Amino acid sequence: MSIDIETAARVAKLARIRVEDDALPALAQEFSNILGFIEQLNEVDVEGVEPMVSVEPMRLKRRQDGVTDGGMQDKVLANAPDAREGFFAVPKVVE
Amino acid sequence: MTDLTKLKIAEARDALRKGDVTSVELTEACLSAIDKADALGAFVHKTPEVATRQAKSADDRIKAGGAPDLCGIPLGIKDLFCTKGVPSQAASAILNGFKPEYESTVTSQLFDAGAVMLGKLNMDEFAMGSSNETSTYGNAINPWRRGNDDTALTPGGSSGGSASAVAADLCLAATGTDTGGSIRQPAALTGITGIKPTYGRCSRWGIVAFASSLDQAGPMTKDVRDAAIMLEAMCGHDPKDSTSADLAVPNFEAMLTGDIKGKTIGIPREYRMDGMPDEIETLWSEGRRMLEDAGAVIKDISLPHTKYALPAYYVIAPAEASSNLARYDGVRYGHRAKLAQGDGITDMYEKTRAEGFGPEVQRRVMVGTYVLSAGFYDAYYNRARKVRTLIKKDFEDVFAEGVDAILTPATPSSAFELGKQHTDPVEMYLNDVFTVTVNLAGLPGISVPTGLDSQGLPLGLQLIGRPWEEGDLLNTAYALEQAAGFVAKPTQWW
Repeated sequence: MSIDIETAARVAKLARIRVEDDALPALAQEFSNILGFIEQLNEVDVEGVEPMVSVEPMRLKRRQDGVTDGGMQDKVLANAPDAREGFFAVPKVVE
Repeated sequence: MTDLTKLKIAEARDALRKGDVTSVELTEACLSAIDKADALGAFVHKTPEVATRQAKSADDRIKAGGAPDLCGIPLGIKDLFCTKGVPSQAASAILNGFKPEYESTVTSQLFDAGAVMLGKLNMDEFAMGSSNETSTYGNAINPWRRGNDDTALTPGGSSGGSASAVAADLCLAATGTDTGGSIRQPAALTGITGIKPTYGRCSRWGIVAFASSLDQAGPMTKDVRDAAIMLEAMCGHDPKDSTSADLAVPNFEAMLTGDIKGKTIGIPREYRMDGMPDEIETLWSEGRRMLEDAGAVIKDISLPHTKYALPAYYVIAPAEASSNLARYDGVRYGHRAKLAQGDGITDMYEKTRAEGFGPEVQRRVMVGTYVLSAGFYDAYYNRARKVRTLIKKDFEDVFAEGVDAILTPATPSSAFELGKQHTDPVEMYLNDVFTVTVNLAGLPGISVPTGLDSQGLPLGLQLIGRPWEEGDLLNTAYALEQAAGFVAKPTQWW
């Protein structure tokens, strides 16, 4: 399958990665190559096969629905590029 | 005692208990070797203060008696493991400056056992690569060279720094992680031993996530015995990782008898690839003969869906990565791009991720985004998961026929030149052709150094075991190791 420039731009947008216009043709070509490789999967007869959910059959452990952790605002914010007054700070989201 | 850094874990353990050496002496020897080895690009964050503190308390603990096997053993830690207060950035610029406030479960267990951390080790960015060339720190270099030729060779990837450091005797052993071959391939290319345990053996908590259904941690060591000792310390159930198995962890070292009489070893015909170098083919036949001589029954087997493992992997791994890496948005940790006047929050996300992620990571995140996007989810992602079911069934079928372990080459070639495989990502992906099936099936796999090629570079063979039977697998590897008698070491040039 060949990926056009528009699709490449849409995927970059969905992935929230800024790709400049002049880089899009090369990106589209790379996608096409990788997807071409992946398309070998179409040769496999998967009729009636369940998609794998968990590689080792095991039931997820359950625990009580209770608070196990918390009260460490300083630690949570310690690595933030911009933290103010106990919050993560970001550019204006709502006009 | 001379050449302390060349000691294996088991040797150091015994010497520490006899009082022939202290952990402080061992640690200082390693720190000094590390300082002389910057040319290898293996250690990217050195932690001498942590190491010295840990070594001193290990010495006290050993004196008091009853210390665990790893007490006082100096290790290198792959940069993918979060280590409290120490830079942990998965070799990515997007995690520049990140110092976790917590410790990964695996490193906690190692430190609780008294192990000493010498520093953090280079790797491919977010463990995405097979040559350690996608790292923000620059390349890690293989201590092995082709005879007198000084061409820089790859130590493999993604755990390239771990492999280089262990092979060059900068540390006694190192942690690695393996999503598609990232422990076994670099181990093979550097003449060391590396095991990826069954999915769920080691907790993934605190290990930067790449593809959560495939990622597993494991040890990279100088021999099989050391792998057994270190793996035992890394394994175990962790309530903080719901996929970690609540199973008892056996004493793996005690299972190393070297007796494999009557074991059935499968040789899968699909692993004989077109264009495979003769040397790999020869090595594989020799491995087969060695196990046969040790009393194993050799059986030709078929794993019919092998060919589809790589394409399935290159749907599933990027899909999971695109989801896992969504968290790197410039808000909670790491890099945030400088914004222009009027830039909104979407600009912040897009610029941060464009600046912070390298080209291979961007490529995989976008491929993952594409295969998960509306209209393609069934055609790509669900189809790949169905093929994964078939790949696992291939293994289940041969195990049901009585096969105990499977012998394959570990890599399609010996260490290759750095900078050679950049042009075509798909060509780079082929490095994992023999290892990736094991991750897709969740099985344990080990790479054992078994020979040198005509250029004097190490080659390894892979053994694949039944789920949860790492002890048995390690014992088969031990028998192979004894038969192969691999003792070569790289000549020091750094």
